[in-house]
Amino acid sequence: MARVVVDVMLKPEILDPQGQAVANALPRLGVSDVASVRIGRRVEIEFEGEADLERAREIADKLLANPVIEDFQIKVEEA
Amino acid sequence: MKIGVVTFPGSLDDGDAARAARIAGAETVRLWHADPDLHGVDAVVLPGGFSYGDYLRCGAIARFAPVMDSIKAAAGAGLPVLGICNGFQILCEAHLLPGALTRNQHLHFRNRDQWLRFTSVEGVWTGDYSEGQEILIPVKNGEGCYVADDKTLDELEANGQIVARYHNGNPNGSMRDIAAIRNEAGNVLGIMPHPEHAVEDLTGPSLDGLGFFTSVIKHIAGVKA
Repeated sequence: MARVVVDVMLKPEILDPQGQAVANALPRLGVSDVASVRIGRRVEIEFEGEADLERAREIADKLLANPVIEDFQIKVEEA
Repeated sequence: MKIGVVTFPGSLDDGDAARAARIAGAETVRLWHADPDLHGVDAVVLPGGFSYGDYLRCGAIARFAPVMDSIKAAAGAGLPVLGICNGFQILCEAHLLPGALTRNQHLHFRNRDQWLRFTSVEGVWTGDYSEGQEILIPVKNGEGCYVADDKTLDELEANGQIVARYHNGNPNGSMRDIAAIRNEAGNVLGIMPHPEHAVEDLTGPSLDGLGFFTSVIKHIAGVKA
């Protein structure tokens, strides 16, 4: 088994109201030195054999991320 | 004259969409997401709801339903397709319309009667409306904020593809107050508010939504004549 991790994030120019809501809640924790919070999605893909980065890239591009609003990064996670 | 309404797992407004089409005078055909056969319909409605539980992104998984392959091909050949709410999200995910629908800017689900103003009525779904006309129909969404890059928005404006904008208040933060857009050919229309909920005195705030359905019926009759 080999695990590929895909991190999907909203593009920087896309407003992230969830991240803003979290950032706005931080002062209530006594945290005042955070400039911004952005929320994304982490997807773990387990391949049966070798990690197939090309296949993972295709999955991310066609399904996991919407390229209109999101960017993604892919990495193989060592066991 | 047959209007097909697709049911995905999690669709909610398929019944109302079929009812609206029937009230407008069409025969309705219920289409199933897993069946690629369009059963000879003259137009298709992708209804509102939460297809596949809105998992991943709204419309992201519905886009890969077998029926969508057929709809994509038929839309390319001119089949009228109307996507309402979740249907609009599916059309964007399927790249039949540009841009994307994202989380409402204020994060709240908005459910209210909403004024829209038509900015362009070319295309097969809006012939019974006039430019500048204002209509009142329900809006109900959590992810209705239309987003696209400036170039796309400018092109939509230049081509008259922005069909209607929110009027008297933008319920979700949509860029340029966009409530409905169409494709360049004019046969595919996506709208966030719900015309199918405004077709009867008993349940709707108006009868303003009926025009989408009567428009396409007239269009189809014209094509067949």
